[in-house]
This record gives sequence, C-alpha cells and structure tokens, in this order.
Amino acid sequence: MPLTIPKEEYVNQGHTACAGCGAALAMRYVLKGMGPKTAVAIPASCWAIIPGEYPYTALKVPLLYTTFASTGAAISGLREGLNAQGKEDYNVLAFAGDGGTADIGLQALSAAMERGHDVLFVMYDNEAYMNTGIQRSSSTPYGAWTTTTPVGLKRNFKKEKKKYVSDLMIAQNVPYVATASIGYPEDLERKVAIAKSIKGPKFIQILSPCPPGWYYNTADTIKVSRLAVESKVFPLYEFKSGKFTLFKPSKTTSIADYLSLQGRFKHLNDEEIKSIEEAVEERWKLLLKKEQN
Amino acid sequence: MKSVQSSRRIMTGNEAVATGVKLSRVKVIAAYPITPQTTIAEKIAEMVANGELDSKFIEVESEHSAMSMITASEITGVRSYTASSSHGILYMHEALHWAAGMRLPLVMSVVNRALGPPWNIWGEQTDTFNQRDTGWLQMYCESNQEALDSIMLGYKIGENKKVLLPVMNMLDAFTLSHTSEPVEVRDLKTAADYLGDLDLDFKIDFKNPIGYGSLISPDGPYMEMKKDMRDSMYNAVGIIKNEISNFNDQFDAELPGLTENFMMEDADYALITAGAISSTAKYTVRKLRKRGQKVGLIRLYFYRPFPGEEILKAVKGLKGLGVVERNLSYGQRGPTFEDVVSSLYGRVDVPVRNYVVGLGGRDIRVTDYELMFENLIEGNNDMEWVNVGVK
Repeated sequence: MPLTIPKEEYVNQGHTACAGCGAALAMRYVLKGMGPKTAVAIPASCWAIIPGEYPYTALKVPLLYTTFASTGAAISGLREGLNAQGKEDYNVLAFAGDGGTADIGLQALSAAMERGHDVLFVMYDNEAYMNTGIQRSSSTPYGAWTTTTPVGLKRNFKKEKKKYVSDLMIAQNVPYVATASIGYPEDLERKVAIAKSIKGPKFIQILSPCPPGWYYNTADTIKVSRLAVESKVFPLYEFKSGKFTLFKPSKTTSIADYLSLQGRFKHLNDEEIKSIEEAVEERWKLLLKKEQN
Repeated sequence: MKSVQSSRRIMTGNEAVATGVKLSRVKVIAAYPITPQTTIAEKIAEMVANGELDSKFIEVESEHSAMSMITASEITGVRSYTASSSHGILYMHEALHWAAGMRLPLVMSVVNRALGPPWNIWGEQTDTFNQRDTGWLQMYCESNQEALDSIMLGYKIGENKKVLLPVMNMLDAFTLSHTSEPVEVRDLKTAADYLGDLDLDFKIDFKNPIGYGSLISPDGPYMEMKKDMRDSMYNAVGIIKNEISNFNDQFDAELPGLTENFMMEDADYALITAGAISSTAKYTVRKLRKRGQKVGLIRLYFYRPFPGEEILKAVKGLKGLGVVERNLSYGQRGPTFEDVVSSLYGRVDVPVRNYVVGLGGRDIRVTDYELMFENLIEGNNDMEWVNVGVK
C-alpha cells in the first residue's frame, strides 16, 4: 500500500502531551489532512494544555480556545466570521474530547450540525475526562475503571454502556460522519480528505487511547488502537450522503486480548467479559444490518 | 453643530436597538429568543431578509452559544452582536467573562427583566447588575433615542484600542422595549463614516498563527493581563467623555455624560437612578421644585466604568442622597449603593440611603419618589423598600 499520509507537519515538537498520547497523534493526522488554511477551536480538554503555555503554541495554525460547552458555537462563529470576509476557502475545525463532545458540548455540537455550517468537528475519544484525571464520561465504555467509578469491594466500575456520538450524528443526518483510528492512519487521512471536500457539517470520532487513563504501556498505543478495531470494540464506519459503510477488519482479535492489555479492565471477571463480548457482537450485527439497509 | 440628514420616526425601543445595529453595519448576529428581547431579534432578521442589512443572522440554540459564537466571529475580525434578557444573560455569564478576557469589543443589548423563580417577564435590572464583574462596560438607557445611539457609541468606545472591552447596552423591559417614542434615525452614511470598520490588531491570522486564550501559569502574565483589563476599564472614563462629545457633534445628538445631572445645581437632596425609571424621577423633581423644594436627580448612563468622580462632584453640598436600586443583592445593600458609598467615603460627608424599587415590574410612581424624597429630608426612618407590602 503506498503511503498516503501528507508529509507536512502542523504540530510542532515540544508540545506537552504524555508519552504515547493517542490524542496528540489524532491532531497530527487531522491537521496533515486539513492543511495550513485551517482555524481550530479547542475547548477545555487535554488539547487545551498540549499546545503549551502562552505565548507559545505547538500548532502551526490559528487556535481559538473556547469554554467547555461552546465548541460547536465557536466553530459556527469562526465559519461565519470568515465567510463574512469572503474567506469561504479556509477550513474551520473543532477538536474536542469526549467530555466536550458527548457530555457538556453535545447541545452546541448538535446545533452547529443542524444549522449546517461548513465545519469539521473532530471528537478525540479517550473515553473519559483525562485532563482532570480520568473521570467517567458518557463515552466511557462499560466495565472501565475511572476515578469516579472506582473498583472497591462493591465493584463499582462503569455499569452503563458507551454513548456513541457518531451514531447520534448519523441519526441527525449530518452529511458526513465517520469513526476513525490512529492505528489506521491511511484510513483516517482518507476520511479527513473526504470531510474536507464536502461543503457543510462533518463529524469524525477518533478513538484516542490514553496510556495513563487506560493503564497500558506507553509503547502500546498503536497496538491498543488496532486491537480496538480488530476486536470490533470500536468499529470503523462511514456515513456519507445517507449511505452507511462498515469496515471489516481482515484480521480479527478476541475482545479479551483488547481488554487484558489495559489496567482499566483488569478487575473484570469472566462473566463480565462475556457480557462485553455479547454487547460488542450485538452492536456489530446492528451495524451490519444498517449497512444492508 | 453639523447639519446632518436624518429622519424622525416613531418606534419601539427594540426597533430603535435593531436600527442602531443596522447603522453599525454589524456583520455577524447571533440571537436566541427571550421575552422581552425577542422583537430585537425579529426586527434584525427582517432587516437581513429584506436586504436592508448585509449581515449573517444565526438562530442559535442558546444564549451561551450566542455569546460564544459572536466571540468567535468577532475574533476573525468582523463586528458582531447579540441581544438577550434575564435568564439568557445569566446563562451566558461564563461566555461574558470569556469575551471580555479575549478583549473583544462586542456590543450586546439587554432588555432588563426580572429573574425567576417565580417566573416574571417584567422590568428589573438584577440580570445585568449580576454581570457587573465580567469586564463589560455597562450603559443604561432612559429613552428609545438613547437605545439607538448607544449601539453605535458602544462600538465606538469598545473598539478604541485603549479600551478593547465589550459593551452592554441596557433598556427597560416593556417601558422602553415595547413602547413607541419619536426617534431620530441617524444618517447611514454619517454613521458609516463615524464608526468605520472593525480593526483588530489581534485576530485570526493564517499567516501568523497564534493561540487565543492559551494557558498561563501563576508566574506568567495572567495577573498582568487582568490588571490591564481593569486599567483599560478605568481609563475608558476619559475616552467615553470624548466619544460622547464627538457623537453629539457628529449627529446633533443629546447624549449625557457618564451621568446626567438633573436640577442638581443648588440641590439639597438628590436621588440616583438608572434607566427608564429616571423619567418619573425627573417629573417628580420638577413637581417638587415648583413647590420650592431643592431636590435633584443624578442619572447613571454608565454603570461600568463606575462614574464615582462625577457623582462626587455632583453631591458636594447635598444634605442627603438616596440611591434608587431596581435590582437586589442579598445579605448586603445594593451594588449601586456600595459603589456610591465607596466613591464618596472619606471625601465628602453626605448621608446616603438605599431604596429598593420596582422588582418584577412593580410600578414606580410619582408618589413613590415623593416618599423617597420625604424620607431623605426627614432622615429619621429606615425605609428601604418602596411600594411594597400594604398597597
């Protein structure tokens, strides 16, 4: 397979992300695809810290920091402000974590997509509030330990299933919706390119593993990313012009392999792992059905 | 005094506000409906639909988003605007700090309305007095003419590079917002020449990308930036005076200074008010003057920056001063009272009283003002609440 990833870098060295940070890679790949004519809005999140302290910035594009709940509104304002000056050919990008997308930012996101501004909203999904220290979000999967779902004698891990914002965006009929993985950079780059080519609202959810939050070795970020897809835990799909396409990995892995790499799942017993397997299989079947329809 | 083309029309306060927005050639407008602001948004939407106003009107899903959106559009370098009331203002509180901290000279109109619970859509100023510490300039209008003029004046002052702070323009629910008065509509060409285009030194620049609002640690210039904001707010006083004088000259207008002194020259007793309730106060002052009572009124046009020096000058020689507050603070006197007293403390010896009036749209009558003056003159009871309880 020929290398399709643009060589240009828009994330400078010297940023403050943790070793093995999936979100840092996600930004790097997304900006490679979006290019220099891009303004980024970032709410409270790890990525509000990663670019570094004033007056420095690790990004080679303009970066507007926003309040936690307002990313969708901020990109709408950037878009319309630029359009008012005839700058329709500049890209507007949101880069928000799962808390800033699935929880506190959901209303502004949904509204921005509904109004139809020409923007790309990227949710970098590390499945918890990582910047504040690994608290549960609605995008945290069933079974995960977090600091607000601690595992004590009462086995109080997260008991609710993950909320898939990408599914919500499809339900809202957003012109382009995709899930993507930093473990599949060519696929991610292709999706960013498609998003860039579509005039209107776009949404991409990128699974962004987090070594300190998921408790795995920092060298394993790509491995964990690929296992998430191969085990069908995080299916890669696309929704474009009403057509749904599901990526079927050529190599599959067991869910137990994916879970066992991560300390956040180590407390799970066989029965609990089995219930995760069943839920993943059930969701996969639903997605297959969606593709056939 | 220049001769300028203008036309006099009958319009509501909300229409006057929308006309001020049109004259300011605002490029991005985001608004979420709330009574009694709604007709501002409707009128602007209509102007855009009719091609009278070349602007993008965005129907947002909340006030928090409205403020966040115009903060983002303004930072791309275009003049932006929103309007709201009451709970809408409270909901955008976080975003108000953000806009001011970003040093963006936005203008927002606020139709002052009471806060629930219990639900109440009528006039009261607690919504914006609650925003006192957000870094926004605050202007309280007494008439529909002021409501129109204050939009342009607000942009002019906020966009001054020595100020660079957002401006809140207030008008009273229904008393101004939905009541028609004759208004001089300023000439579009004169307005365009007066205001020019927005020119920000720091805006989204793809050739020179920077971070707007980056993290700053305790040793970084965070505190210096906040000091600069506060200094700019204080320094705005002189700029406001100049700009009001320019505005009056350009448009043959009659805007007051930061405050308006009404029959204060030889007054023994005076009240301080803000907003449309000042008209009834002026009527009362005139009435009492006819009876030979030496009374006067100080009307706050600007509340932030607080015109402490203007008040100090005006109250010298008074035997009693009453601060009329159409807002409420709990566990302490009203915010205007606190500001007045701290401005006068140790510099002039005038007894100051505080009156709470007109909450939730409660009428403020001539007899109420007479009662306040009577109370000031007698100076011997603890009356604080006016037109309350036994009716």
